[in-house]
Amino acid sequence: MQLDLAVIWATIIALGVFIYVTLDGFDLGIGLLFPFVESKEERQVMLNTVAPVWDGNETFLVLGGAGLFGAFPIVYSTLLPACYLPLILMVVGLIFRGAAFEIRAKAHRTQALWDLAFVCGSALASFCQGITLGALLQGIKIADGKFVGGAFDWLSPFSVFCGIGVLVTYAALGCGWLIMKTDGELQKKMRMVMNPMVGVLLLIIGIISLWTVLGLPAVAHRWFGSGNLVYFLPVPILVVVCVWGVFKTVREGHESMPFYLTLALCFLGFSGLVISIWPNIIPPSLTIWDASSSRESQLFALVGTLIILPIILVYHFMQYRVFKGKVREGDAGYHH
Amino acid sequence: MEQLDALLLARLQFAFTVAVHIIFPAISIGLASFLTVLEWRHLLTGDRIYKDMFLFWSKIFAVSFGMGVVSGVVMAYEFGTNWSEFSRVAGNITGPLLTYEVLTAFFLEAGFLGVMIFGWERVGPKGHFFATAMVALGTLISTFWILSSNSFMQTPQGYAMVDGRIVPADWLKVIFNPSFPYRLAHMTIAAFIVAGFIVAACAAYHLLKGRRDKPVKRSFSMALWLLLILAPVQILIGDAHGLNTLKHQPVKIAAIEGLWETEKGGTSLNAFGWPDMEAEETRYALKIPHMGSVILTHSWDGEIHGMKEFPKEDRPPSYIVFWSFRIMAGLGMLMLLVAALGLLLRKGGKLYETRWYQKFVFYMGPSGIIALVAGWVTTEVGRQPWTVYGILRTVDSVSPISSQQAGVSLLIFVVVYFLVFGTGVYYMLKLMKKGPVELTPDEFSRPNPGLHNRPLDVLKKE
Repeated sequence: MQLDLAVIWATIIALGVFIYVTLDGFDLGIGLLFPFVESKEERQVMLNTVAPVWDGNETFLVLGGAGLFGAFPIVYSTLLPACYLPLILMVVGLIFRGAAFEIRAKAHRTQALWDLAFVCGSALASFCQGITLGALLQGIKIADGKFVGGAFDWLSPFSVFCGIGVLVTYAALGCGWLIMKTDGELQKKMRMVMNPMVGVLLLIIGIISLWTVLGLPAVAHRWFGSGNLVYFLPVPILVVVCVWGVFKTVREGHESMPFYLTLALCFLGFSGLVISIWPNIIPPSLTIWDASSSRESQLFALVGTLIILPIILVYHFMQYRVFKGKVREGDAGYHH
Repeated sequence: MEQLDALLLARLQFAFTVAVHIIFPAISIGLASFLTVLEWRHLLTGDRIYKDMFLFWSKIFAVSFGMGVVSGVVMAYEFGTNWSEFSRVAGNITGPLLTYEVLTAFFLEAGFLGVMIFGWERVGPKGHFFATAMVALGTLISTFWILSSNSFMQTPQGYAMVDGRIVPADWLKVIFNPSFPYRLAHMTIAAFIVAGFIVAACAAYHLLKGRRDKPVKRSFSMALWLLLILAPVQILIGDAHGLNTLKHQPVKIAAIEGLWETEKGGTSLNAFGWPDMEAEETRYALKIPHMGSVILTHSWDGEIHGMKEFPKEDRPPSYIVFWSFRIMAGLGMLMLLVAALGLLLRKGGKLYETRWYQKFVFYMGPSGIIALVAGWVTTEVGRQPWTVYGILRTVDSVSPISSQQAGVSLLIFVVVYFLVFGTGVYYMLKLMKKGPVELTPDEFSRPNPGLHNRPLDVLKKE
């Protein structure tokens, strides 16, 4: 029996995207939470919690891009032109906030401007990722392996709503992260923001689920028509359990549980999306097998990935270990 | 017509974004290895000056690295947004190579950069050195993969065509394609030279300002030793690279040299001139008999095919590569002069006291970057009209996007790049203006001297 490389690659990329969403999610979230915190010192502590890790986090986005390019070049050559403007703007947002990380501490007169660049860059990147997700879910016009739709096909109420959904998701992740990594006043402030944020997130997850099921017959069929509902049902149930867990642990003053539960919530939301589109990689018609590169290409890249990815995960984990613990004012970081 | 405009705009955008991008990785590649050497010397000798230098140059490295990461993300996505046909046809080859770059290089860099910049307090000296070495190794591995991919586009081999798409047949042949070893060596050394001139020019600036402390003098000295070895080596490698190009892309060489006719009994060199693509001649040519053969074939009367032997639609724009090549080669000669003069002055014991020489080195600071970009222009424009040489034309590589889309995104990138990377470069220059700081023993014995030598502290004192 031949291994189904397309399935393996789809799994790897799904994993990579998920890791990206959660890791860069919490550091983009920090940019989104900046407006809620006014004190200069507290903002610096917020930045310092992610200073050593943010570009490692962002590397998973590049992995997602490169993995798609290597294993599913057709996705690359259709999804990217289809979502041209949001993707360009996403990159612009990432440029601004990446540069703000490095430059903010060195600027004096223009520090307020770089703070603004950090907030807007983070928000723009997050929102555009959501738009792209929405555009993907609602489907992309493809014929003969080429994108044949219009320049603004990605724009719809649904995709905008997905953009807002991703903003809230990232802000919740960032909030959970800060509860874990800080203490004192800042932590208290984050505890207060956390519960309403997760409440809104639950609402958004609910609306997106309903919207896809009602608006997209293929998704409704996946969930209710294929006889697998029993297997899928734990997903929505666990979502509710997680949200309840966040409420409870925030109230009881847990340090790290709110963050881990939000991670779990993201994982569940992500699984829901994967269930909705599988085995398509671009709805409504492009399956992972249609989009695959040649078997030699997938095999060659797979050998390296299977050897190297575990090693990468180990030393990323070690980096988080090295920088574990609370971050306080005056600790090593950009600004001291 | 619309498609043609989109093509032109997409090409402009790629040229602009890649030319800005390459500067930062080049600085990072060179500085990362320099930092590894500094930390290694510090561990070995216990000499504090090396650590002073490390703390200073690592700040500049961090800014440059950050700029390289964010401008690199743009490149990766441009393949899909603007060059989707290229991605569709060549993605089977370039995709996996890019995947390997991300896996083996980017993660190595990103995984250890945090420890290298922020981790002095959290790991031991050896652990920290390991982190620095891993970051440097990451930059070199990254060079390996991206140049393999680029070289495949120049001299493809080990592939088959299936349904109009390029598929890999033999990965070793794909990776180690004919121009790869030359290009890899040329680029790696170019990156070291870029960093070498930045370090040397920064030190020269402080020498001119009257500073004579050890970190400044040692930066100057180390950079000039490096250039003394690398400037001549780079010229030899460039020469070998030229022979290789003549073999695999003869029309590129003809365009670089502005040669139209195949001359019998020895080709003369057009030292200067203006190649005219329409008239098929090089105007105002200053010819040196036999020199073309001597340089390109290492023989008195070696034959070189002129551009007229190739169909018009296969010729690269000679007026660009003719001049970009001469800028690169001319700067290479000047670099050799800097390195040789440095050796003479050193022998005479006047290296730190010769003002005109320090001025010369100071003005040569950006020479590495200019030569690097000119070299890339030569090889990339020289590959035209192809994206994958002989297989896929540039005109067939572009995405089905409108000229409005391509134009708007180009405009956005130009504005954003000047704003963001302009500021990044400004702060790098500002740091360099302040220069390395010698720490007092008291500051040094703190658990984390790095903390008291952070960029802001340096700038605050102004």
